Amino acid sequence: MTWVNAVVQGVLLGGLFALFATGLSLAFGVMRFVNLAHGDLAVLAAFLAVSTTATLDVDPFVSLLVIVPGFALGGYVLQRFVFNRTMGADPLPSILVTFGLGVVIQNALLEHYSADSRGLDAGAIETRSATLTDDISIGWFPLLTLVVAVAVLVALQLVLSRTRAGRAFRATADDPSIARLMGIDDRAVYGRIMAIAFATVALAGVFLGIRQTFGPSDGPTALIFGFEAVVIGGLGSLWGTLVGGVVLGVAQTVGNQVDVRYDLLSGTLFGHLIFLTVLAFRPQGLLGRKGRA
Amino acid sequence: MSAVLEIRGLAAGYGDFQALFDIDLTVDDGETLAVIGANGAGKSTLLGTMAGLVRATAGSVRFAGEDLLAVPHHGRVALGIALVPEGRHLFPSLTVEENLLVGGHSRRPGRWDVDRVLEVFPLVRPLLSRPADVLSGGERQAVAIGRALMANPRLLLLDEVSLGLAPVVVKQLYAALPAVIGEGTTVLLVEQDIGQALAVADRVVCLLEGRISLEGVPAGLDRARITGAYFGAGT
Repeated sequence: MTWVNAVVQGVLLGGLFALFATGLSLAFGVMRFVNLAHGDLAVLAAFLAVSTTATLDVDPFVSLLVIVPGFALGGYVLQRFVFNRTMGADPLPSILVTFGLGVVIQNALLEHYSADSRGLDAGAIETRSATLTDDISIGWFPLLTLVVAVAVLVALQLVLSRTRAGRAFRATADDPSIARLMGIDDRAVYGRIMAIAFATVALAGVFLGIRQTFGPSDGPTALIFGFEAVVIGGLGSLWGTLVGGVVLGVAQTVGNQVDVRYDLLSGTLFGHLIFLTVLAFRPQGLLGRKGRA
Repeated sequence: MSAVLEIRGLAAGYGDFQALFDIDLTVDDGETLAVIGANGAGKSTLLGTMAGLVRATAGSVRFAGEDLLAVPHHGRVALGIALVPEGRHLFPSLTVEENLLVGGHSRRPGRWDVDRVLEVFPLVRPLLSRPADVLSGGERQAVAIGRALMANPRLLLLDEVSLGLAPVVVKQLYAALPAVIGEGTTVLLVEQDIGQALAVADRVVCLLEGRISLEGVPAGLDRARITGAYFGAGT
């Protein structure tokens, strides 16, 4: 039964991965933009939540009311005034700029918060759980994370498929210059997409900070997990990102279960192996369409 | 008739390559003007410069009294300029209906809507929920024209409507054209098929290597003059 528990915990962990990877998936799906600072942005959000909770004496969940809109605004401004200038046929400028942004964030955090690990205290919900059987219990907070991830992805999918703005997003993703002929300002679309991406990564960062301790240099590791979730699920597909997050989460928790006997095969390594397997045999991802990735 | 489009000294190109030189052209309200010329003569560039696909490098364009070149590319359609681009360029991951709706993203008030497009192009009706990338060439062209009409354009730019289509399909598309043109819309039509172009146009201009080589009404042009302007022979 411990194996079943490992799978259940993996699905819940996958919720966090999916929530974190949503912004990566969206930015890549609509504008082929790879944001290497995505992990550092999540960590930045977690640290800002530390400061907000301390200064305003509020719950980390309440701090989201400040941090998420702040991040959305920051994402919009960065896209309009910095990232848009790096976009073009050559992907290198955007990669360099976001890599640089990541370095700046890491060092600013180190400077301001020191290298100590921090945590966010969300109170009783962190330790409460529902016991299903003797072996399986579901933590309320991991469950909340998964529910929030699914809700965010469903909401985004509905916006993309049902609304006028979502239609404009998809048209721009298909062909920005033809979208311009339809009166769609592609630069503004990119700004809005990045605002959504930043808002979701802020959400994920604060949830990450409640779940586990974090330090200024944790961003790149988170970025790798996020990319693995996106690639496993299929580049540019939001449902794929959810599936990818869950697959990666399960791979890691099941891998940790194996680790009891084999020192080498840790959960992280097991996750990487699943990622490589998908890349080797189904490079378009589990839900990806051939030819688009 | 009053001029709706006044082009003066227009130059445009792509990077180091200049495709249009010193174009002067006036188009009257409600007129259908055919732009003919060989491959690479600058016809598509001319339309693209109006619609906002190509940046002008010199000259001025006044559209309905506005300085068109000062309007950002994505703002052109709201002024009433819609382009049916060469190669159709539908949005492949959107359905046919969504393609039409995107065409109306910045629509001006007017009479075109999805129902009316379907009246003019009945072949599109059964395709509405299909993804645009599974359509045939003729179906794509009909949707592309419908998508442009959804904006309620005052000036409709049609680029190579017949290119790559079977003659019977071209005939169907052109049969629908009077329903479009007959209602006061000004049309700039780029067409390789000169016979087809002359049949529908009020006036013709021929481009040769980025310059206007001939301008006139179809009835007043004989074959030799058109051929000369088209290929540059005898000039």
